Parts: sequence; C-alpha cells; structure tokens
Amino acid sequence: MTQTSEFAVELRDVVKTFQTPEGTTLNAVDHVDMKIKNGEFFSMLGSSGCGKTTSLRMMAGFEWPSEGEIYIESKAMGHTPPFQRPVNTVFQSYALFQHMTIYQNIAFGLEMEKAPVNEIKTRVGHILEMVQLTGMERRYPKQLSGGQQQRVALARALVKMPNVLLLDEPLGALDLKLRKEMQIELKAIQQKVGITFVYVTHDQQEALTMSDRIAVMSKGKVMQMGAPVEVYERPNSRFVADFIGESNFLNGTVREAEGEYAQVYVPALNAEVKGLNTGGVSVGQNAVVSVRPEKIRLSEEPALKMNCFRGQVTNTTYIGSDTHVYIELGGQKFKVWEQNKISSLDPKAYYTIGQNLCLNLFPENTLVLAES
Amino acid sequence: MNPHRRHPFIRIATLLVYGFLYAPIIVLVLYAFNASRTNILFEGFVPAFGPTQMDGSLVTQSPCGPFHWFCELAENRQVGEAARNTLTIAFVSTLTSTVIGTMAALAIQRYNFKIKPFAQLSLYIPIVIPEIVMGIGILTLFSQLFGVINGALGLTGDARLSLGIGTVIVSHIAFSVPFVTLVVQARLSGFDKSYEEAAMDLGANEFVTFWRVTLPMILPGVLSGGLLAFTLSLDDFVITFFTTGPGATTLPIYVYGLLRRIVTPEVNALSTVWIGIVLAAVILLQRLQSREAK
Repeated sequence: MTQTSEFAVELRDVVKTFQTPEGTTLNAVDHVDMKIKNGEFFSMLGSSGCGKTTSLRMMAGFEWPSEGEIYIESKAMGHTPPFQRPVNTVFQSYALFQHMTIYQNIAFGLEMEKAPVNEIKTRVGHILEMVQLTGMERRYPKQLSGGQQQRVALARALVKMPNVLLLDEPLGALDLKLRKEMQIELKAIQQKVGITFVYVTHDQQEALTMSDRIAVMSKGKVMQMGAPVEVYERPNSRFVADFIGESNFLNGTVREAEGEYAQVYVPALNAEVKGLNTGGVSVGQNAVVSVRPEKIRLSEEPALKMNCFRGQVTNTTYIGSDTHVYIELGGQKFKVWEQNKISSLDPKAYYTIGQNLCLNLFPENTLVLAES
Repeated sequence: MNPHRRHPFIRIATLLVYGFLYAPIIVLVLYAFNASRTNILFEGFVPAFGPTQMDGSLVTQSPCGPFHWFCELAENRQVGEAARNTLTIAFVSTLTSTVIGTMAALAIQRYNFKIKPFAQLSLYIPIVIPEIVMGIGILTLFSQLFGVINGALGLTGDARLSLGIGTVIVSHIAFSVPFVTLVVQARLSGFDKSYEEAAMDLGANEFVTFWRVTLPMILPGVLSGGLLAFTLSLDDFVITFFTTGPGATTLPIYVYGLLRRIVTPEVNALSTVWIGIVLAAVILLQRLQSREAK
C-alpha cells in the first residue's frame, strides 16, 4: 500500500444528477465535499434517498459524478472503470456468484490480477481463516446461511487487499443478534488489516458503534461530519439532533448571547431557557433549544435557579434499564429517560402518571441551535 | 362431500384431451409397422424375416421383419439427403439465432435507446404474423433482391444467386430470433446487475465479466431458447416451402412430396423417427427449464 496522501478518498464538490420518471432532474448527491483519512472507519449515515449509496457507487466507479471530482489515493478518478480502481465493494445483496464455489468466488479477484495459483491458494486460505469459514471452500453460496454468505462477500473483497473497502449496508439483511456480532467482528477485522473502510448505513446505532467518523447525510447533502461523540453531543442542526438519538426541542427567540451560553425566550413556556450556544446564534435570531431525554433531571422541587419547568407526567414506560417518562410541558410532550439505579418492586420507587415534577435542564447539557 | 373427489367430467375431459392429442400419433406409429404397402388399413405386422417377398400389396417377408419400412427408409438416398439438409439448416440457424437473440435480449434489458419500444414490439410481429405471409414476403424479397444483384453483376448460369439451402437458413434465423430473445429476456428479468458490478469491482473487464459471470448465469435461458429455435427449424414447413430451391429439400418438404404420390408406411416410419428426435429435444428443454426454476 502506497500512502502518498493523508486522505484515502476525497470528494470535491461532487454532484450526481438523475432524471426522474416525470422528466425533472434530481440531485441525488448535491455538492458534497468529503475527506476520508487513511485507515479510517468512515460511515455515511442517512435515511434512504439521502445520497449515501450513490456516493459510494461513485467511489466504486459504477456511477460517474455529474460535476466535481473524486480522488482515491490522491488520483483523480474521472471515468476510470471499476476494474481499474484500487477499491473493492461489499454489496448489500452480497452478489456472490451462484455458479461458483466459495473458493472460486474468493479466488476470482486474484485470478483477475493474474496472481500465481499457489499464491491464490494461500491467500484464499488465509482470508477464510480470518472470516472463520475454513472448510467451506467447496460449498456453493446457496448452501450457506445469510451470515456466512455475508462473510464470503467480505472475504471476496478483502482478499484483494484494496486501499479502500466500500461497504453498502453489508449487515442490512441479518437479524439483530447476528448484526451486533458482525459489527464487532467487522470493526476488529478493520483494525487488524488497517484498510480504510467506507461504510454506508441507515442504522445510527451501527454508525455510532463502529465508526471513527460519521457523515450524516440528508437530501444529497452532508449535514454534519465528525466523530460519533461530536455528532451526538454537539449536533450542528435540529436535523442532526433529531436524526441521531432523540431530542426534545423548544422554539424561541434569542434574548442574550454572551460567551459560551445563550438565552432563548420560549413563548410556549413564557420563560427564558439557557443553554450552550453551539449554533453560534445572536440576539434577535430565531433559535431551537435542544436537550436529550437522558440529560434532563427530574425532581419534586426545583434543583436549579433557572431552566426549571413544572409539568405533569402523562405516561411512563418501564423498559428494564430505564424508565421512559413523558411529561406535558408547554403544550408538548417531553421525553425523559430515567435510569433505574435502584432495584425495587415498589411502584412508589418509580414516577407515576399525574405526578407534578420539575424538569431541570442543565445549561451545560442544553444546546441552542440556529433554526434551519 | 369431499371436495377433493374428482367429478367424472374431469376424468372424461382428460381422456378426451389425451385421446385427441395422442391417438393420431399412436396410429401413425402403428402404421409404420403395417405389412400393407397401400397403408389404408392395418393388415398386421410383417410376419417373417428373410429376403423381401410380396404378396400383392402385402409384404410377407423382409430382412428386417416388422421393421421393414425403417430399413427401406435407411436405404432411401433422398431421405438421407433431406435429413442432412434439415439438420444442417437447424444447426446453423439455431447457432446464429441464439447468438443474435441473446445479444438482442441483453441490449433491450441493459440499454436505453430511441427505438427500444419499437424493438420490443417488433419481436412479437414475426410470432403473430401468419407463417404463410412471412413465407411469401421472404420469397418476394429474395427474388427481387437476387434479380437486382444478378442483373447488376451480370451473373449467369450457376453463378446466379438463387433459392437454396442458404435462403432457407436465413429465413429460419429470421423467425427464430424473436423466440430466442423472448426466452432469454424472461431469464434476464430476474438478473441482478450487482453480479456484474461485483465482477467488475473485482477487476474483470466487460468481456471477462460477460464470459465468467453473465453468460454462465443466464446459460439455462440461452440453452432453452436455442432448443426452441432448433425444434422450430426442424419442423418448419411453410416458410421452408417458399424459400427452398433445388437440392435443398428438407424432411417436411420431402414428406409432403411423398404424400402427393402414394402414402407407403415408409412415410410413417420417417415420421416415427422424427417424432422420436423432437421428443428427445423437448424433454431436454423441459429438464433445462425445471433446473432453471430451482
């Protein structure tokens, strides 16, 4: 592997335009800039139609950008066909060749490189060991379980030792338990081989668990790019705060903005709420106050001098580790996740419907975002 | 009442259908063993082996015994010639129409081009047009075309372009291509393009991708299309009748010629052999299709 640049993949102002059946045009990818570092586990996260798969397919060479340029290992890709790119893909449908054995499937890519037969044998054996499929060489894809087929698809791409491995929702077809296992395994394999992984997923949990960095995408645009902790703790917009994890939102107007904090007047509460000015808002602007359900503290009496609001419990759900408490406040339902720190069978140990409680929104855990 | 009990009507209908379908074939095969040369009534099998002896129109002794007419058939030069022509035409037209039909199916499935709706529709036209119309059309085309070419190049005598085995092959290719295309298209409709993308992703260029991935995966469809073309060519009478020329008699044309003179059991023997061949092809076709369905 030649490491001429810090970046394995770079998208510069990439646009992909598609013709809709109605005859109009649609930018599936809309002026995207992305820099993916060498050896990084990079995820593109978004709901279907956000442009994540199209971006991946452009990196692989199955689609060409309508505008802009993609660089792989600092080389402009232009119209380079897939078979001349230093990347390999793991397909969502696996796309294993049904008429070939597992061995033939994995050896295919090496045969294309015209590798000597002996070398192919060793490398296939080695990779099968890594994905724990030794002994399956002579089986056909249809004779394997979904999870095993997934491993073959991974092995087939990995055996070529590409600079970049592209993965298009590779775990989408697996059941939850297997998916969790494979997430851990994939991450371990990535760390072992040190290849750059570009991972497409719509599962935020998956992206948070596995990635070094995440690009949150929507409608063809990158909304935010950063480490999991950044996109979760410091979302840059209401969209990201809402898409990753859960959040409570309050709309208002900025009354004060000095230093790290801003104060927002919220008409629904007829009160000011103070929070971290992560959106960089200024006085007079419309803003959104965002606070995550697990960061709100409930109490009988106010625990803070400000940012304390009273509301009635309308519903509670016991889910084992937590109790989800829903509280009516300012005409909307607030979600509060209370950790069940005490082991108790007594119903009085938990919040009950109708109870009047204080929601304490700690300013350092409350974010003020620009209204978008 | 048990809903699974069969109504007698179903049994009768089944018997009638099978009767109408297969009774003529059974009779045809039976008459291939007829001792009577006139072949109007079945007058028993040829009873004895030995040098051929006749008693009026009855064959009483033959070196092949009951298989007398099959042996006669084997010695008939004209039949041999016709069989050779038929198979040559069938093989060449099948091979060519399978290649063209498969390419057409791939192009229609893969690419968007201006005349695509027309191309798709034009596949059905040769199938729905009466064969006799196609036959006359092809004949007219060839005779006009050959007239112009022969005139322009000043060809005379044997050098002139004329109807023969070549024109039959071309017209068989013409009517087989749509069938092959439709069969291959059916196979391709379930073909996920990510297989080809995977192959290219792993370093195979378009050509290698086609040979190592696409073709093996659609092969059952291509083979059943080819077998269909083969059986169609093997039995074609109408179009062949219009486009054939001297020295290019095929089996259906030969049988028709025999029928106009006298129907000896030799015609039945020939038909029996022929049914055997077509049946084998159909069974093979079915096997392929059932494998495809799996």
